[in-house]
Amino acid sequence: MIPVGWFIGLSILLFVLGVIAFFIKRDLITMFMAIEVMLNAANLAFIALAKAAGSLAGQVIVFFVITVAAAEAAVGLAIILLVFRQKKSIKAEDMRLMKG
Amino acid sequence: MGVFLFFLLATLCVGGVLGLILSRNQAHSALFLVLALACLGGLFGLLDAAFIAAVQIIIYAGAIMVLFIFVIMMVNLEQGIAPDKKKWTIGLSAGLAIFLLIELALAVRGTLGALGRTGGESIGSPTELGRLLFTDYLYPFEITSVLIIAALVGAIVLVKKKEKE
Repeated sequence: MIPVGWFIGLSILLFVLGVIAFFIKRDLITMFMAIEVMLNAANLAFIALAKAAGSLAGQVIVFFVITVAAAEAAVGLAIILLVFRQKKSIKAEDMRLMKG
Repeated sequence: MGVFLFFLLATLCVGGVLGLILSRNQAHSALFLVLALACLGGLFGLLDAAFIAAVQIIIYAGAIMVLFIFVIMMVNLEQGIAPDKKKWTIGLSAGLAIFLLIELALAVRGTLGALGRTGGESIGSPTELGRLLFTDYLYPFEITSVLIIAALVGAIVLVKKKEKE
């Protein structure tokens, strides 16, 4: 069968791709999607390690991560909508209120 | 069979994330992300996590991405944002990402072989997971429901239009 290490490798690759996407993309919504990719990479590592350890605790943690991600998506997208209403833009570089 | 399935799903998943990065259009990015998340659900299934796989498909690829696509519809960019003109930011992010990749690979290097293989005794029956959620993890579970309510109320309050006095 499949070595569990491969899943960890895939998880590392996905996390790095998520980081790259977060830095390269310039609109808030796609940057937010990159965060979801990173969360999912962590979930994959949790489930792979749960299998390796023969314990269900990793799967329970992933369950909580998914529910917290749902809450985070709701609030984050509401904030993005609010920003869009005020600035008429969702480009990250237009958010410069705190720039000196 | 299992190895073939792993490589198929892994390739589709990485390809979906690459599509998210390379596509200009936000709606296309969101659809690529749905593909990647659905493939991750399949990978969870390979790791004896049948319930989590179902939750991943229903909540992540279903509910959360529908939320994203609704917001993309409301924000409605006519064309996508062009990638950054400044080349050094892309170079810097690529360099930092490769650095992170090497760092993570070094961190897990010695331990990967000791993790064993999939197959053998199944660990993730939904019955067991449900029993664990309602016994050992009962308090976190209940606190999560409070968190969801708070997030929903917060999101509604945030985007509600102010009434004119």
